[in-house]
Order: sequence, then structure tokens, then C-alpha cells
Amino acid sequence: MNTATQTHLQRLEAESIQILREAVAEAEKPVMLYSVGKDSSVMLHLAVKAFHPSPPPFPLLHVDTTWKFRAMYELRDKLTADLGAELLVYQNPECVEKGINPFDHGSSVHTDMWKTEGLKQALDHYGFDLAFGGARRDEEKSRAKERVFSIRTAQHRWDPKQQRPELWRLYNARKAHGESVRVFPLSNWTELDIWQYIHREEIPIVPLYLAATRPVVERDGMLIMVDDDRMRLKPGEEPQLKSVRFRTLGCYPLTGAIESEASTLPEIIQEMLLMTTSERQGRAIDHDQSASMERKKQEGYF
Amino acid sequence: MAHATGELAATGIEAYLDQHEHKTLLRFITCGSVDDGKSTLIGRLLYDSKLVFEDHLAALESDSKRVGTQGGDLDFALLVDGLAAEREQGITIDVAYRFFSTERRKFIVADTPGHEQYTRNMVTGASTTELAVILIDARRGVLTQTRRHSFLVSLLGIRHVVLAVNKLDLVGYSQATFDAIEADYREFASGIGLTDIVSIPISALRGDNITGPSESTPWYSGPSLIEHLETIEVADDLHAGPFRMPVQWVNRPNLDFRGFSGEIVGGAVHPGDPVRVLPSGRESTVARVVTYDGDLDEGIAGQSVTITLNDEIDVSRGDVLTAANDPAGVADQFQADIVWMSDDQMLPGRPYVLKLGTSTVGVTIASPKYKVNVNTLEHLAAKTLELNEIGVCNIGLDRPIAFDAYRDNRDMGGFIVIDRFTNNTVAAGMIHFALRRAQNVHWQAVDVDKAARARLKGQRPTLVWFTGLSGAGKSTIANLVEQKLHEQGFHTYLLDGDNLRHGLNKNLGFTDVDRVENIRRAAEVAKVMVDAGLIVLASFISPFRAERRLARDLLGDGEFVEVFVDAPLSVAEARDRKGLYAKARRGELVHFTGIDSPYEPPEAPEVHVDASGAVPAETSAELVIDHLRAAGLLRSPA
Repeated sequence: MNTATQTHLQRLEAESIQILREAVAEAEKPVMLYSVGKDSSVMLHLAVKAFHPSPPPFPLLHVDTTWKFRAMYELRDKLTADLGAELLVYQNPECVEKGINPFDHGSSVHTDMWKTEGLKQALDHYGFDLAFGGARRDEEKSRAKERVFSIRTAQHRWDPKQQRPELWRLYNARKAHGESVRVFPLSNWTELDIWQYIHREEIPIVPLYLAATRPVVERDGMLIMVDDDRMRLKPGEEPQLKSVRFRTLGCYPLTGAIESEASTLPEIIQEMLLMTTSERQGRAIDHDQSASMERKKQEGYF
Repeated sequence: MAHATGELAATGIEAYLDQHEHKTLLRFITCGSVDDGKSTLIGRLLYDSKLVFEDHLAALESDSKRVGTQGGDLDFALLVDGLAAEREQGITIDVAYRFFSTERRKFIVADTPGHEQYTRNMVTGASTTELAVILIDARRGVLTQTRRHSFLVSLLGIRHVVLAVNKLDLVGYSQATFDAIEADYREFASGIGLTDIVSIPISALRGDNITGPSESTPWYSGPSLIEHLETIEVADDLHAGPFRMPVQWVNRPNLDFRGFSGEIVGGAVHPGDPVRVLPSGRESTVARVVTYDGDLDEGIAGQSVTITLNDEIDVSRGDVLTAANDPAGVADQFQADIVWMSDDQMLPGRPYVLKLGTSTVGVTIASPKYKVNVNTLEHLAAKTLELNEIGVCNIGLDRPIAFDAYRDNRDMGGFIVIDRFTNNTVAAGMIHFALRRAQNVHWQAVDVDKAARARLKGQRPTLVWFTGLSGAGKSTIANLVEQKLHEQGFHTYLLDGDNLRHGLNKNLGFTDVDRVENIRRAAEVAKVMVDAGLIVLASFISPFRAERRLARDLLGDGEFVEVFVDAPLSVAEARDRKGLYAKARRGELVHFTGIDSPYEPPEAPEVHVDASGAVPAETSAELVIDHLRAAGLLRSPA
């Protein structure tokens, strides 16, 4: 590069790499939380860049609910195999045993048990002292105040009153025994930045982000995809074939699709630019009440 | 995000993406209080750049009716206030980061509170920004808080300022009012070194001069706020400065590759450039500037790269690669601005941890030369700094590091201070310059050294440190230990806390600050005595772990033996040989350990004696001697 001016994406990339390296240098046993979503994909790509020519010096951890879309499992296994990355898959044994699912137990219990509890168990099980997460500050109001490096108690709780001031690019990763650090390298990225970067860098993403004809049922105002035969149809419900895509990915019975014809990255970026609802609206878990994300975070949800 | 609608229709998505990809980034901070309409301004910027989604807008409409302050009209402030507690109170209590973009630029806004107790948050927010928007309520003009915000902006080295004179609608869009405020502000600002100031008359609530010219201010011909933010050239001196790259991580995938990963924080680097590694001073030349996307012919400030060198020299995390012909300084003592950010006051002399760039070292901070009243900018005498106080202090590190003055390079001169026990970030600092004395006062090497003196005495010099509550029996046991050692022919000295306070430490009181200094002096005296070859018995309440740690760190390995004389408060108080507990309980003595000042018990003392009364002092003294013997300290050194 010959000019002294970096574009905003170049600055974001350099900043994220600096964060990834700093965290790894200061941690004893780091891990990257990998959800197979678009933000995870970008974070993993940045990690590959940050440590090149070495491979990323940490494993990937997928806190699995067994209810993700099949296409997510496919990409997860292919991508980690291609990268030669170490992938740890953790499923909360209590959930496996009790067969926790969104239909019998509701979205709240399902998410809390598989994801929130599962994550805490996995971190304790492997003894990780630092975990990278793909959260962005633009996702939700209370996240705008989240630090890049965030200390969690031994019980994995986040205390909004005990956050350390974060100055310049100096991150304080020191912690007492039992405490851990969550690090968010994508803090300053917006949804548009993520898509733009995926486009520019040709990062592999789950095809569900692109529109295709898929079987869906309409339920509580959301289009739910019938991804496998575990989907319980209510009386009178008949899956319809519609051209849909997903803006966020999670457990398929809890993730709403939008009707769309956008089947290429530029098209979905275009659609997003013209779209007037925010990204998280497709997630059933955020709807309870306006301060719900903050409460979940204090309880240990990422 | 319909801000793009027009563009998209005009140019198509591919052209739009191309344009977006080439946008630059500006980070700025907004300073002002809730009353100045700061949250309203940020909400307005998001709203006007069409970054508010319909579902957020629906929530905003219902929230505006429920808790809004605009009589049911859209209350933009509600768009940006995040945490539940503060939403109820209607104030922002932390730094929040907001994002919006226009056709030309992407913006990251640090939204920081204007309340007095939150100086630390503003300093935090300002540290990453290139420009500050200072909001003034047109009805109230330049206030104390305006001066405070401006001082902090100047302190953090932000060169570009926008003076946004808000609520102009409430003064009838009066040019005279605007002109008077601007003149008033410029006079003040030039005095603190702020010169690049652009003043804009706005109404955040009504949208005047936010995105375009307002019909209400025909007398104003300057840019709107957005126009100015989009076009201002944030002259980046870093690119012109000398090459600097703190090493974050040594990249060694195999025996054939050894690279040094870091972000370039100053200047540029090319293959073939001679570099000097600091603090070691070793030199080499750059072989490659490696990135995932291919090697670079030139790496510039702001890029994260991995550099390989042509010589195999020792480089590790914390070192800085610098231009060989214009290297950074190396020193272990500095004068610096310190912004104290912890509820616990600064304790001069206490060992803290300092992080600058990628180096982490031990630091002690001397009593401030002065502190600054941020409202009047007066310099005041001070013994310490409290939360949100700013002072100029000398600091001493436990080893030299590479640095530049903060005004020359923020990344090479800005540091944080971390408490060793809570691990909290307790202060931020900015280096002015290195102190010359560190380099010029050389340690006098002497031929008769500690080992020689110890051999003559036939013993190993040691510091035995007795800690515990007043009345626990420290001095009694220390006395017995000394008697026994003396009888056995060892050379000893008993340093007693009370006795030192009659002489060397008689100018010290019992505040936390003075207690730290009391122990620091005692430890230094003990160190000299150990150097003289003596077995030193020190008897001090020494309530804080950090200072006992300081004493331990001053001595060599195995030379420090901590004896915890452990008596429950009730027992020590019942003894009360000096009548001090009674006085403290009556309120005649303040800062008394155990009563209104804390005692932090040792976590892993070498000797732990039960002083509850169950064990005779004689037995405890034998326990100490047994430990010294078992540790091989009562033998002549080989």
C-alpha cells in the first residue's frame, strides 16, 4: 500500500488482529467460541491472518445444542477440516439426557440450558481462561458499552459496575485464579462491515444466508424452516416452499427466515441496506423485554 | 438503513460496495452533559443517517411516550442510553460506542458522560479518538464543565475540536449569542493549547445544521456538523514519525521461520531497513514484512504485520522494533501525567504494575509534584491522588522500557497502571519525559560485598519480617528470637516499628499513604542491614500485602522470611498493652489497624505462629528459629 490512508475495513482488520494477538500473548489457555455464524466466520478468518504463517494457537469450541441447521454442521466440519483446526464440540450432558428441545421446554429453557449452561460447563470442563466471542457493539444497545476485554467471575457472571476502564489499545487481561476473560475482537464492526468483509475476502459462509427455495411454516409471525423430521408440525400446518434466507443462524426451530430473492452476497447486502428491521429481530430469544440481553449477559449468556 | 437508498438507486450495488469499501474512518468523542443534549445529538446523528431500524423506532416511540422527556415527541436520547439502570435514571453512566456512516466516512462515536465523578470515563473514551465534539448549551455558555472537558481533551492529545453550540432554537437562533460563546471559548481554549477549533451553531432536537445548512441560521455560512466530520483531514503525524512496532507475539511455526508480530504504531518500514531492538539495543535489518495477504514492500502505521530480521537476535514480547537512525528512548524513571481511576486512592511507594505498549513492568509512583484542579486548572499541592484526580508524578520502573513522549506518540507514551491484587486498572498515564537521574546516578560497585561480609560473620544475612495486629505479640517474639540468636553467636538487629517512628519515620502518620511510606523506608533500611551481613528482625504491623511484597521483592531469593503473628482481633484488643485499642474505640485514634483500617493477613507466610494465647511466646520463638535452621539460614555460606 502506498498511501498513508487506510480504509475503514483495513483499520478494523488491523485492530482485530492486534486484539487477537494481545489476548493470546496474555492468556494461559485461550479458546475461540465458534458458532458457525457469519460473525464467527469473520473472526476465524481474522485469526488465521493474525497468526500466519502459524496456525491459530488455540482450539475452536462449538457449544452445540443438537438443534442447529444441518447446513451449519456441514460447514463447521468442512471448514475445520480444511484449516486443520482443533474443534471441540460440547453438548450439555444434562440436556442430552433429558432431551431438552424447543418444543417441549420452550425457547427460554432450551437456550438457557444448552447455550448458557453449556458454555459455562464447557469453559470449566476444559479450564479455558480466555474465550474469544464474536459479539459486536452495534448489535444491541447494552452491548455498546461492553469492553473488548471483559472479566467474568469464577461463576461466569458479568458485572456492569465492575468493568475496567479500557484506554488506547492497552488491554488489561490480568485476573484472579478462577476468573476468566471474554475477548471480543469484532467489537467495532457493524453488520454492514461484516458482510462487506465476507464479500471482499471471499469467506465461506453457511448457504442459508443466501436465498433459496426452502420448506417453511409460519408460526407466531416467524417463518420457521422445516430442517429435519424432528420439527413438530401443529394441526393444519403444512410446510410451504418459499424463497427465503436467514439474517442470523441459531437453532432452526427458533430462527425466523425472511422472504427474499437475494441469492448473492451483493444482493443480500443490497437488501440489508434497504431493510428496516434490525438483525436480532429474527431471534426468538431477544423478544421477552427490552433489557433482556443485558440480563442474559449478567447471567453468563455470551 | 435506508440512508443508502438514494445512492443505490443512482449507482447500483456494486458501485455502492466499492464506494463503501473505500470509506475512511473517523473516531470522535462527544463531551457534554445530558443537559447539553449530548445523547439527543448522537441519537439525531443515528436517526438522520437512517441507521435506526423500524423495530428500534417503534420501541423509541413507545419509550418516548413512557419515559421520554420531550412530552411524547421522539426523545432521541432514548436511542443511545443502554443499560437498564441508567435508562431509569435518564443518565449515561459509562462509555458507549456508536457507529454510523455517511457516503464518505464511517464514524465511531465514544459517548461519554459529563458528570464530575466520571472523569475516568471521559479519559477512557478520549484515548482512542482523533476529534472531540464539545457541546455547549447556548442558554448557558461556557461552563465549568466545558473547561473541564476541554482540558481533558487537551491532556489526551486530541488536536481537533468542534464546538457545537446547541439548543440555538431556544435563544431564537441568535447570532450574537453564538458569536459571544465562540469568542469566550476560543480565548479559554488557546490557553490550554487547543487551536484547531471549528464552531457550529446547532439544534440537535430540531436538526439544525446537523446534516445540511439550516434556514434558521442564514448568518452562518460554515459547514454542517456532518459535512465537517466527513471532510476534516485528521493529519496523521504517526505516519510521518519514526518507525515503531511493539512486539506482541513471537511467531515461530517451525525452525525456518522466526517473525515478530505486532501493530506498527509509528512511521513506516521496508525490507532492508536497519532496525534497533529496544531496550536491548541490538541491531539488524528487516528481511520481510509478512502478512497473510502477501509480503509488503512497505508497512505503515496502523497495520498489523509480522517482521522477520536478517540476523538471529533475541527479541521477545515487550521489546520494540524501532528505526535504527531514530530509535525510541530507553529509561526506567519518568515524569508523567497520572489520571487516577480507582475508588482506592493512589498509594505513593506501593508497587503496582504498569503496561505500556506490550511491556508489563513493576512501577512505583512518587507523591504528586502537584495535582490539577480540572475546573480552574490551578496546580495544588497533594500527597496522593483520589478517584478522578489528575496529577503530575515521577514514576520508577523495576526495569527500563522503550518509550516516546506521549505528545510524540500516544502508543509509545501512554500507559495504564494495574493494582497487583485486585488486577483492576487503577490509573492511566502519559509520559512527559525520562528523568535523567536514573541514567546519571550510577550504582557504586564496592569490593567488599554482602557475601564477603556474611562469610566473616559466619551466617547468612536474612530479613525476618514479623507482621500482625497491634498487641499480637510481634515485638515480644522478635525480642526472644533475637536473644536466642545472639546467645548462639549470630549478628542480629531488631528493627521495631514503634522505634523507627521516633526517628526516621517521625514525620509519618497513620493514613494509608503514610503507612505505605513507613514500610517502604523500613524495608529499605532492612535491606541495607542485610547487605551489611546481618540477620534483621523487623517487627511491623505492616497491614497491607502489597508493602510486605515490596519488602520481599527488595531482598534476594530466600533472604526474606515472613512470620505471621496471628492473634484474633478480640485477643489483641483484650491485651491492649499500650491502651491504643481503647483510644481507637473512643474515636481518639483514627486509622487504627483492625478498628477502622484493614489488616490483610499473609496468604502464604513462611512461619505462621498462633498468638491467641494458647501457645507461649517462647515456643513461637523456637518455631521461628527452627524454620531458620531448616531453611539453612543459620549456617555459614559456602
